[in-house]
Amino acid sequence: MISRDLLFSAAYELNVRAATAIPSDVKKTITRMAEKEIQPLPRYVLKNMVDNYEIAEAEKRPMCSDTGLPRYYVKYGNEARNEGGFVALEAALRQAAEKATHDIPLRPNRVHPLTRKDYNNNVGAHAPSVDYSFEPEADWIEITSVHKGGLFGSDYRMLFPADGIGGIKRFYLDVIGEFFRRGMSCQPVTIGIGIGGTKDVCVKLGKEAACLRIVGDRHPDPEIAQLEEELIELGNSSGFGSMGLYGSQSVMDVHIEIAYAHTGGMPVAIHHFCLAQRRSTVRIHSNNSLTYREDPHWFTDYYRRETVE
Amino acid sequence: MNEHVLPIPLQDDDIARLQIGDVVFLNGTIYTGREGLYSSLYDKHWKMPIPLAQMSNVTFHCSPAIREHNGQYDITSVTATASFRFARYIGQFIRDFSVKAVIGKSGMALDIYKKAFVPNGAIYLSTIGYGAGAIYGRSIVRVEDVLWKEELGLAQAVWILQVEKFGPLLVESDARGNSLFGQENARINNQFFSLYDGLAAPILRRLGEETDPREEMV
Ligand code: SF4
Repeated sequence: MISRDLLFSAAYELNVRAATAIPSDVKKTITRMAEKEIQPLPRYVLKNMVDNYEIAEAEKRPMCSDTGLPRYYVKYGNEARNEGGFVALEAALRQAAEKATHDIPLRPNRVHPLTRKDYNNNVGAHAPSVDYSFEPEADWIEITSVHKGGLFGSDYRMLFPADGIGGIKRFYLDVIGEFFRRGMSCQPVTIGIGIGGTKDVCVKLGKEAACLRIVGDRHPDPEIAQLEEELIELGNSSGFGSMGLYGSQSVMDVHIEIAYAHTGGMPVAIHHFCLAQRRSTVRIHSNNSLTYREDPHWFTDYYRRETVE
Repeated sequence: MNEHVLPIPLQDDDIARLQIGDVVFLNGTIYTGREGLYSSLYDKHWKMPIPLAQMSNVTFHCSPAIREHNGQYDITSVTATASFRFARYIGQFIRDFSVKAVIGKSGMALDIYKKAFVPNGAIYLSTIGYGAGAIYGRSIVRVEDVLWKEELGLAQAVWILQVEKFGPLLVESDARGNSLFGQENARINNQFFSLYDGLAAPILRRLGEETDPREEMV
């Protein structure tokens, strides 16, 4: 039985790690991009981004003052049990967000959408949001915390089978044209694309693809993996560099996830995850020990299954 | 790239020397402002209780990450917010507060520079990288004052900050209204549009949607 207190303290520590430690895959990629960029202005910008990561870590400063919207992804092992059940789990996650906002501190970004009321704790209606998936045979609970910022860089389009891969590429370019200009997406970004399902499902999958797969990860389906690689290349040939300056290094990676769609349609959603990729994962074992790691491993074979079972 | 370290208040002859793409570092006092400040002044018609224009002629579109203890504030990190949203207010604000430089993210539309900036001798300085909050946070040496903290909240309050070697900032619009993003967009466009060759427009269009990728959205 996983204890209530442990869930809270693990979720709290998770927020601290997400907010202050820059995932090594992202840091390595931006450093490499700074070396590859040949245009002087965007190269200068990329180098400063690397410096910024270093200063943030060394001096414990937020890498970006928009500390994003804290949210959680929970993978619940089928054999796992926690004290107090799901209600206690959600309470622990909300309490951890509140305490982390106060202690780290995080910017209290969550407000009522109409009245703009702010409890100054990043908690409110549907906030922090919690998404769930499950894992057979596992007796652990995994929690990933993501603090994604940014108002820009996401879009949805209902495409049709006749739009084809060309339609997806065009949409991909449109979103780049829309949000790489003037660096609105805070590129370099990781781009998540959800294809298929229904509108809500592809938006959700695209967001998870952007936030919950590490840079360099390829989809196990070779055709999808190839499309991911083509789109990375396409994005980096667009002329947009960091900050929307003329250059060639703005896409860190592209991650695609698919869901089976209505036979007549092909809904697509695209999300840009900015250079402040704040995420961290913890596995809470049934013996109440903890393992923290950088890779969320959210897209398991089970989560992507196509079979009846 | 030319580098300049400039004292605030900014002087006209210092500003005149700057060209788009130059790198600037600032010393002195700056103050933050965004929709909270603008709408308090121009929609709700609140009176500015302090002589803001005399304190500084540089304003910053942002909201900082702040640590508060015993009434003392410590700004750990600060990143700019996208300026295009303030287009409605910026002309009058520059005039009313004798602003010489606006610091922000993503710049503003070219005609705003011509209409609101150039006639007042004002320039636009872009923070770099946008996500680079720690770099800017460390060059804030002191919070001098904060205005309308209770009324507007931490994020929207007006923070008056003493900064040292605050930068790097890129000159996005110079005193003549040239724009770095305007120049870069022109360089990008040819290459970018060539990628559209052979890619048909989507079958279903949406009302109110821009379908010409040459159009800027801001
Ligand atoms: S998009 Fe990301 S890097 Fe840019 S301001 Fe927001 S949190 Fe910071």
